Amino acid sequence: MSRRYDSRTTIFSPEGRLYQVEYALEAISLAGTALGILAKDGIVLAAERKVTSKLLEQDTSAEKLYILNDNMICAVAGMTADANILINYARQAAQKYLLTYNEDIPCEQLVRRLCDLKQGYTQHGGLRPFGVSFIYAGYDPQRQFQLYQSNPSGNYGGWKATSVGANNASAQSLLKQDYKEDCDLKEACGMAVKVLSKTMDSTKLSSEKIEFATVGKTKDGRIYHHLWGADEITTLLKEHGLAKEDTNADDKIVS
Amino acid sequence: MEVLLGITGKDFTLIACSKAAMRGATILKASDDKTRSLNKHTLMAFSGEAGDTIQFAEYIQANAQLYSMRNGTDLSPSALAHFIRGELASSLRSRKPYNVNLLLGGFDPITGKPSLYWMDYLAALTAAPYAAHGYAQYYCLSILDKHHNPNIDFEQGMKVLRMCTDELKRRLPIDFKGMLVKVIDKDGIREVEYNDDARIACP
Repeated sequence: MSRRYDSRTTIFSPEGRLYQVEYALEAISLAGTALGILAKDGIVLAAERKVTSKLLEQDTSAEKLYILNDNMICAVAGMTADANILINYARQAAQKYLLTYNEDIPCEQLVRRLCDLKQGYTQHGGLRPFGVSFIYAGYDPQRQFQLYQSNPSGNYGGWKATSVGANNASAQSLLKQDYKEDCDLKEACGMAVKVLSKTMDSTKLSSEKIEFATVGKTKDGRIYHHLWGADEITTLLKEHGLAKEDTNADDKIVS
Repeated sequence: MEVLLGITGKDFTLIACSKAAMRGATILKASDDKTRSLNKHTLMAFSGEAGDTIQFAEYIQANAQLYSMRNGTDLSPSALAHFIRGELASSLRSRKPYNVNLLLGGFDPITGKPSLYWMDYLAALTAAPYAAHGYAQYYCLSILDKHHNPNIDFEQGMKVLRMCTDELKRRLPIDFKGMLVKVIDKDGIREVEYNDDARIACP
């Protein structure tokens, strides 16, 4: 009897809850941590990559950070397969907007398009909701740099710093502690690795275990987004004394 | 013999259109408004086939307003221009295309820049510092070539517009019943008093 309200996505339980949505949220809280920090001159997204096997090809593709648009990137927590569907949808929506208006889609509009799709799966029967939360980082001329987060229920909100996935409660409280209103992108990157190092299982990080991306403005005012390469991540980790100690004694880091 | 004129300055865009509603050789009305405002900072002026013009203009107006309502922000003049071009271009390839020529005047509140777009019934779109449709092109573009520059202020803009309308009165064979003039700037769209009573004689 207790499973009566579990099996169908669209049925409210007597307490007024949608169990399938809550289970989806539960699935996400097991996924690798992803976080985003809004700085005054850009945004940084960072994510923990769960290494499953030594034999797995590591650097063939980004697993958790994706480019949606010329002015927007996102981090994924949850089922990657589900995320791919949504990312494809978002990319199409963004290009369709560009085709009609010859302008990049405003960030919130793209987020809302995705969330409308996600919401549909909590209301129309027979299907399960998407098991993914996103953190979006983007820029548009009206609202400047923006950071959003969305979840399987189709809710979204704008944030200054946020996290999803495993340990997101502790990551969130660390961010709350460390966040400074007028920090720049470089400081935000530092904060991101520090928070990640504290929420991840291992204290020493390496470029195989995390992914990093930034959105910012070039000197001539153009917006860029950049998914970091392994060497860039390693440099950043070394800078903050969080890199895994090298076997080579010459470039051993004193932290 | 409808007249549409558009002039941009350093912080404004002027749109002027003739007040005569015509059917063949007959003037039906001398207080016609050939413009529709799409949102707070964008104004569209139109000429062409009588039924098509208003139908198309109001269709675009409705869509612009729907966008503003849904998204809580207005489309920029440039975005609107490209949207209109898309709509007109797909209509052009339908069984019964709209026969409409347009001028789109706007002021982008984000960049703080005025803009003017010229579009004909073949959905050719150009951004221009000044533009005209119909016979007015033959008389006004040369005046504007000589007297316009992108940094003129509002008074200078009105002066150049006066030169244009005087020339039209002097040369056009049919009375177009004066001009309706509107300006778009940082405060939005408003009508400008424009005195048309002076008689201009042809030499």
